[in-house]
Amino acid sequence: MKIGQVTGTVVSTIHLPIITGRRMLLVDLLDIAGEATGDYVIAIDTVDAGAGETVLILDEGTGARQVLDEPEAPIRAVVVGIVDEVSVGQ
Amino acid sequence: MHLARVRGTVVASTITPGLEGTRLLILQPLDRRLQPRGGAVVAADAVTMAGPDELVFYVTSREAAVAMPDTFVPVDHAVIGIVDAVNEVES
Repeated sequence: MKIGQVTGTVVSTIHLPIITGRRMLLVDLLDIAGEATGDYVIAIDTVDAGAGETVLILDEGTGARQVLDEPEAPIRAVVVGIVDEVSVGQ
Repeated sequence: MHLARVRGTVVASTITPGLEGTRLLILQPLDRRLQPRGGAVVAADAVTMAGPDELVFYVTSREAAVAMPDTFVPVDHAVIGIVDAVNEVES
C-alpha cells in the first residue's frame, strides 16, 4: 500500500459500468517525509475520504476487487483508509 | 488509474489471436497537471468511444485485460473512461 493526499476528483460520464456511482479521487503520492513525490494515482474511494486528507492507497488488482466486492472489476487502485498519523523512526 | 490524452489510433491487420477487432489507441500519459509524462503507449479502448484528443483514464497490467469483453487477452493498457473534468480540491 501507499500513502497519498487527496488533491482532486475526476468526473466522467462515459466509462465502464463498474465506475458508475463511484467516486474517483486524484491522489498525490507522498514520500516517507510526507512530501509529494510528483507521482499520482486515480483511485476509487471506499472510505468517504475528503479533500486534503492523507489516505492509504491499495494499488493491486486482486485486492481492489476484494475491497469492492466485484470479482470482475478492472480496477487496480482503491482508497482503503484515512491516515490519522504516520510516525517514522529517526 | 492514470490520465492520458488520445493522440492517435493503431491499425494492425496481423495481430495475435484475441485482439482482432480491438480498437487500439495511442495514448500520451499525463501527470496530474495534465502535462505529458513519459513515452506514448498503445492501449485497447475498452469503452470503444474514445476519440482523438480526448482526455481519458486508463488501467494497466492485468486489470487492462479484465476491462475487455473477453478478459483473457494480451492487453497491458486499456482505456476505461473518458474524463469530463478534473477538479482540484482545496484542503
